[in-house]
Amino acid sequence: MSNRLHEPGLALHVEDLTVSYHGKPVLWDIDFDIPPGVMAAIVGPNGAGKSTLIKSVLGLIPPMAGHVTLFGRPYRAQRKRVGYVPQRSSVDWDFPTTALDVVTMGLYGQLGWLRWPGRRERRRAMEALAMVGMQDFAGRQISQLSGGQQQRVFLARALVQQADIYLLDEPMAGVDATTERAIVELLQRLRDEGRTVIVVHHDLQTVRCWFDWLLMLNVRVVAQGPVEQVWTAENLRRTYGGQIALLDGDTSITAPAGPAARASGAS
Amino acid sequence: MLGDYTLQNVVMGALLLGAISGVLGSFAMLRRQSLLGDTLSHAALPGVCLGFIMAGSREMGSLMAGALGTGAVAALMVVLLTRYSRLKTDAALGIVLSTSFALGVVLLTFIQGMNNAAQGGLNAFLFGQAAATLRSDLLLMAGITALALILVLGLWKEFKLICFDPGFARAQGLPVLLLEVVLTVMIALAVVVGLQMVGVVLMAAMVIAPAVAARQWSPRLEVMVPLAALFGMAAGVSGALISTLGRGLATGPLIIICVSGFVLVSLLLAPRRGLLWEAAFRLRQRRRLRQQQLLTRLYRQASWHGEPRRGSGRKLADDDCDPRTRRVVRQLEQRGLVGCHDRHWMLTAEGHEAAARILAQLEGRAT
Ligand SMILES: Nc1ncnc2c1ncn2[C@@H]1O[C@H](COP(=O)(O)OP(=O)(O)O)[C@@H](O)[C@H]1O
Ligand SMILES: [Mg+2]
Repeated sequence: MSNRLHEPGLALHVEDLTVSYHGKPVLWDIDFDIPPGVMAAIVGPNGAGKSTLIKSVLGLIPPMAGHVTLFGRPYRAQRKRVGYVPQRSSVDWDFPTTALDVVTMGLYGQLGWLRWPGRRERRRAMEALAMVGMQDFAGRQISQLSGGQQQRVFLARALVQQADIYLLDEPMAGVDATTERAIVELLQRLRDEGRTVIVVHHDLQTVRCWFDWLLMLNVRVVAQGPVEQVWTAENLRRTYGGQIALLDGDTSITAPAGPAARASGAS
Repeated sequence: MLGDYTLQNVVMGALLLGAISGVLGSFAMLRRQSLLGDTLSHAALPGVCLGFIMAGSREMGSLMAGALGTGAVAALMVVLLTRYSRLKTDAALGIVLSTSFALGVVLLTFIQGMNNAAQGGLNAFLFGQAAATLRSDLLLMAGITALALILVLGLWKEFKLICFDPGFARAQGLPVLLLEVVLTVMIALAVVVGLQMVGVVLMAAMVIAPAVAARQWSPRLEVMVPLAALFGMAAGVSGALISTLGRGLATGPLIIICVSGFVLVSLLLAPRRGLLWEAAFRLRQRRRLRQQQLLTRLYRQASWHGEPRRGSGRKLADDDCDPRTRRVVRQLEQRGLVGCHDRHWMLTAEGHEAAARILAQLEGRAT
């Protein structure tokens, strides 16, 4: 292995990725690419391995096989260019700390050993909080924030990293409609600045109006590509199986009336 | 009294123990590993016994080395069990705790059967023997405490991050496993500090209690950790001083009783999180709601009668309404929001305004 670049033209390149927990495969032979500058959604049913996929990209879970590169290099070499927003439920929100403090944590990696965050770090964290409209809550203990506010604090912690690729795990889960709108607009602004935004998304209704790239996942990759090409009844059915009952009647799925189209009448 | 040499030693030892266990206990608690201190202290017992068997005497150095050794093995067992079996952390901690303590007790009885004259007081390690603390022990304890404090200060933000969000910490490139090992080893070292003072059985309380008490009082880690150290030290000194009041009072258990007192008071009284505080808060809240409810009721009745400030048509007099309403009326009267006219309760001008405000607020929220 040298430091030759592998697929440098792709923001994210995943090849042959297989991950298992206790001998049970969770991701099987995943191959996918995401070009730079898109806003991509990862969708799939519960337990499809979406969070696991994000964590494997970040090197948090050792894969059984396969590799991942970001702009041609492994994650270890690109750490500073990647911002990560974990699922909100993954931490204890009763932890004794403030909103500003949590955002400052986004800078710990850049700060280096033995150094305490100072005025400069606090200022940058404040700016990130202002970007998500949370500047008035900087000193608030995090358990005193609503779910949507906690989510925005998490988002600000990633923003402060000023990354080129953002990976977000269900940032819109348990968030009210106004906050959801604000988050989406912020993410779209990031994309318009040329950054790559990858979002694990649970709401099929909004996939087509918000995202321009789509990865459909259920242990294996079902489909990937530009949303308008990938969004078909057949792909949805193959991803969700019988579980699909989430689509409005007006969802203009281009394929002939398949099981998904029929199921859509139910909602 | 403080001039007493033994007491000086005991107080200094208690201060060191309080500081180190308060600081490290805070991190253990926030990582939801409160039981870790318990496990490591029980695991120290077989180590102490092994140290004694090897050295053939109660030499502090070898006893501590033994304690540290078995503590490390126990910690390793916990890590391996949680990683490679389906056991959750608490189950793994419990298993390692009971196994190593049983082993320790067996070794202890074995030593007692050896009839070695030097064994005297070896079982003091179960509950501590503070009065036997020597200056050389203190030096060792001070060294360990200083090391722990320096590490915590230097690695503050790293420790904070791995406690709050270990996944994010690893994504940032922090060596999370290594940092966790450092924290665990330091707790094992704190146990060594506490061995002489409070003994293996009570050491667990020393690790958990100051942190639990401090958490009640502050929502900031930067305040909570020093506060925990302060609680630990205060309990240590109090216990040491109380033990001088009577002959033969054991210092270790007294220290634990003091720190438990801190916990009790904190659980009850701390603002926001204390049980009594919360109950009082809810009581005040309910009283305010009752008053508001009565105000708006009077307001509505007044507007039915077409007279802006007239009270209810029927007498809301003392003998006419239930005691609870009467109490609320009294409260409102004291606040000058209702007054008695013609044996009728009526809203005053202020009361009228207040009621209108409440209703406006309710409507504002509904839309
Ligand atoms: N730490 C873990 N240990 C064992 N199994 C896990 C673990 N995390 C996830 N899984 C399993 O892996 C599968 C995929 O999980 P996940 O990636 O969280 O799915 P998703 O995010 O798509 O809902 C699920 O069946 C889940 O039960
Ligand atoms: Mg998930």
